[in-house]
Amino acid sequence: MKKIFKLIISLLILIGIIAVSLIYIRTNSIDVLEPKGVIALKEKDIIVTSSLLMLIIVIPTLVLTCFFAWRYREDRNAKHTPDWEHNSIAEYCWWGVPTVIIFILAVITYRTSHELNPFKPIVSDKKPIHIQAVALQWKWLFIYPEEGIATMNYIKFPVDTPVNFEITADAPMNSFWIPQLGGQIYAMPAMRSKLSLIANEKGTFRGLSANFSGTGFAGMKFQAMSVDDVDYGSWLAQAKSSSKILGQEQYDQMVAPSENNPTETYVLKDTQLFNNILMKYMEPMH
Amino acid sequence: MFGRLNLDAFKHDWIENLAGVSMVLGAISIIALLTYTKRWKWLWKEWITSVDHKRIGVMYIVVSAVMLVKGLVDALMMRAQQAWACCGSTGYLEPDHYQQIFTAHGVTMIFFVGMGLVFGLINLIVPLQIGARDVAFPFLNNLSFWFFTAGALYILVSLNLGFYAGTGWSAYPPLSGIKYNPGVGVDYWLWSVQISGVGTLLSGINFMVTILKMRCKGMSLMKMPVFVWASLVTMLLVIFAFPILTATAAMLTTDRVMDSKIFTEDFGGNPMMYINLFWAWGHPEVYILILPLFGVFSEVVPVFCQKRLFGYKTMVYAIIGISVLAFIVWLHHFFTMGAGANVNAFFGIMTMIIALPTGVKVFNWIFTMFRGKIKLMSPMYWFLGFIVVFTIGGMAGVLMSVPAADFQIHNSLFLIAHFHFVIVGGVVFGFFAAYTYWFPKFTGFKLDERLGKIAFWLWLVGFLMAFTPLYLLGFMGATRRLDHYDVAAWQPLFIVAFCGSLIVMMGVGVQVLQLVVSIMNRKKNLDVLEIHGMDAL
Repeated sequence: MKKIFKLIISLLILIGIIAVSLIYIRTNSIDVLEPKGVIALKEKDIIVTSSLLMLIIVIPTLVLTCFFAWRYREDRNAKHTPDWEHNSIAEYCWWGVPTVIIFILAVITYRTSHELNPFKPIVSDKKPIHIQAVALQWKWLFIYPEEGIATMNYIKFPVDTPVNFEITADAPMNSFWIPQLGGQIYAMPAMRSKLSLIANEKGTFRGLSANFSGTGFAGMKFQAMSVDDVDYGSWLAQAKSSSKILGQEQYDQMVAPSENNPTETYVLKDTQLFNNILMKYMEPMH
Repeated sequence: MFGRLNLDAFKHDWIENLAGVSMVLGAISIIALLTYTKRWKWLWKEWITSVDHKRIGVMYIVVSAVMLVKGLVDALMMRAQQAWACCGSTGYLEPDHYQQIFTAHGVTMIFFVGMGLVFGLINLIVPLQIGARDVAFPFLNNLSFWFFTAGALYILVSLNLGFYAGTGWSAYPPLSGIKYNPGVGVDYWLWSVQISGVGTLLSGINFMVTILKMRCKGMSLMKMPVFVWASLVTMLLVIFAFPILTATAAMLTTDRVMDSKIFTEDFGGNPMMYINLFWAWGHPEVYILILPLFGVFSEVVPVFCQKRLFGYKTMVYAIIGISVLAFIVWLHHFFTMGAGANVNAFFGIMTMIIALPTGVKVFNWIFTMFRGKIKLMSPMYWFLGFIVVFTIGGMAGVLMSVPAADFQIHNSLFLIAHFHFVIVGGVVFGFFAAYTYWFPKFTGFKLDERLGKIAFWLWLVGFLMAFTPLYLLGFMGATRRLDHYDVAAWQPLFIVAFCGSLIVMMGVGVQVLQLVVSIMNRKKNLDVLEIHGMDAL
């Protein structure tokens, strides 16, 4: 009786935990698993496919472990073969089956590494938006060289249009990540990394730095807003009439460390600013 | 005369002062106790200068146990901060203090708990298993231990004197360079890693020679116990990997001290080179931690199943395979650096291939249970807990080895959950299995079994509560090393994780109690001739 009572209690606790977890997952946004752009969608699919493939091995492993531990307990007097220590067929099985799974995973890995290479621009009939991102201490500067504007800690771009990012840092290394739009890439000083993303829904998405970069790191986040073409046009017009100007001189002041900066919009005076930032460390005279 | 040392180095906030003062008081009370009981000479002769591998092994484990408690307190402080600092609150820790804590936690756990436990076990067990009187170079063995302890002391000293590195345990430049971190913190990190690293390398050479040259007559390589095999392969990994760490740390030191511009972003330096070198050591390092514990399970499982180990040869080949692959996977720590699709794919595929020999080992252990006569005592509990936790953690690891998937979870709390599942599940659970199993061998009496099982359940439940939510938090876009955040939805999960870490602490408390109770009842639990009622070493 006592045993059954124990079993029921533990089952109830288990069901309770599962129920609470399910409610929690339902009511909150799981960014990586609820993508809003095609890149993040494909990355999510890879996560799900690979996990399912691996569960083919993992679930039997866990079930067998529990079953054997229960079946061959000393007091159950099951069959005992103390010297049985080798069986070729069994060993071929557990070398073979995982090898097949890993082979499938390897093919997926090879193909998706090429398909989702962050440096590869997204193919689209729409003209992509070009944004240059600079990680500073501890804020994100975004330069729109073609539109002649710059922003701090937020970006706006039209929906369903590819956005090509060029990313560097004038600070310790950071990592550029918008979970709902797609994968991250490091922002490294004196290096240019690239990332192509697209938003297939309108909305405001959380962007952040995923690599620790010092005191103000926790505040290094930005908003990525995808809006329709009309809103984007009117925002551009508004931005171009901003009273704040960004040139080399203003940039040099901006580089000084500061935390939890508000969003800003600037008119870009120097379209070569991004290249100058990249070259800053390559020219020994600076 | 004092260089950068001035009175400011002693100024800290109240939390650090509390830790520092209690540490100093602890040291004073130990000194007082030793003087009162007139044990100084005994301590010096019998322990500090001892070249007996068993005593050195015990000292390794004592130091590691102290550091484990210290590392766990760090973890508890971080969890408390993150459970608190949501939505406008900045918690009770300043960012600068918080980042020292997570750096110290990482360094403590990897270098001074994981490595200490591994070398403690190897010291205790390997010479006995191969029938050698001691190691090949007994004095060197003692020296290695003191290098290790000196490294550990650097972390403790930084509590009172100056501050510790706030760079994360991997200390990536340029953040760890003189430009962004001019203070003494990174120097503490460099010295502790450098000194303990040299100690580890010396140990590696020592035990490799011991195993190769000092086996008893008739013990050919393929007749060695699996634990000795695992130790031998681990020592090879140490010998190949640790010089990389030493050289890398030396170059970072010259960058900081002599302005050598190797890892700086300007003057042709390359910070990315550091990251490559660090992980060229760092990935073999995780296998240095886990392989000996694979060896432990290969000893423990057959004994408690009263059956021979399934597939001895496969076990050995699997260990060798893992050790070779360990050196060609380091880039999976930074797929996001943008090395190019082919490079990423190569390192991704190599990484997932490691799952094959590892999986085979797991199956061999499981089939050692098949048709056994299983005594479900606490070492078996730790083993079963290990299988569950390690398998889940390993699966998360293979998932992250797919570069395109890694882009979405790299550096997130998903990663933190993954490596705690494999390292705590593997190294810590494995050590506790070994501790319970071999304890009578060295003391003559058994540990209290009931308290051991309670400790196991507290550890397992607490651990799962502390780290399972982190998988979900990673998917929700929470990165590691945040001292505060503003997404309200994360807070419940962080609170669950905090409660989990409290339960783990209770588990540690029970283990301390277990030790005390077992020593008090030692007359009742004598176990001199056999271990746990079975013939085995």
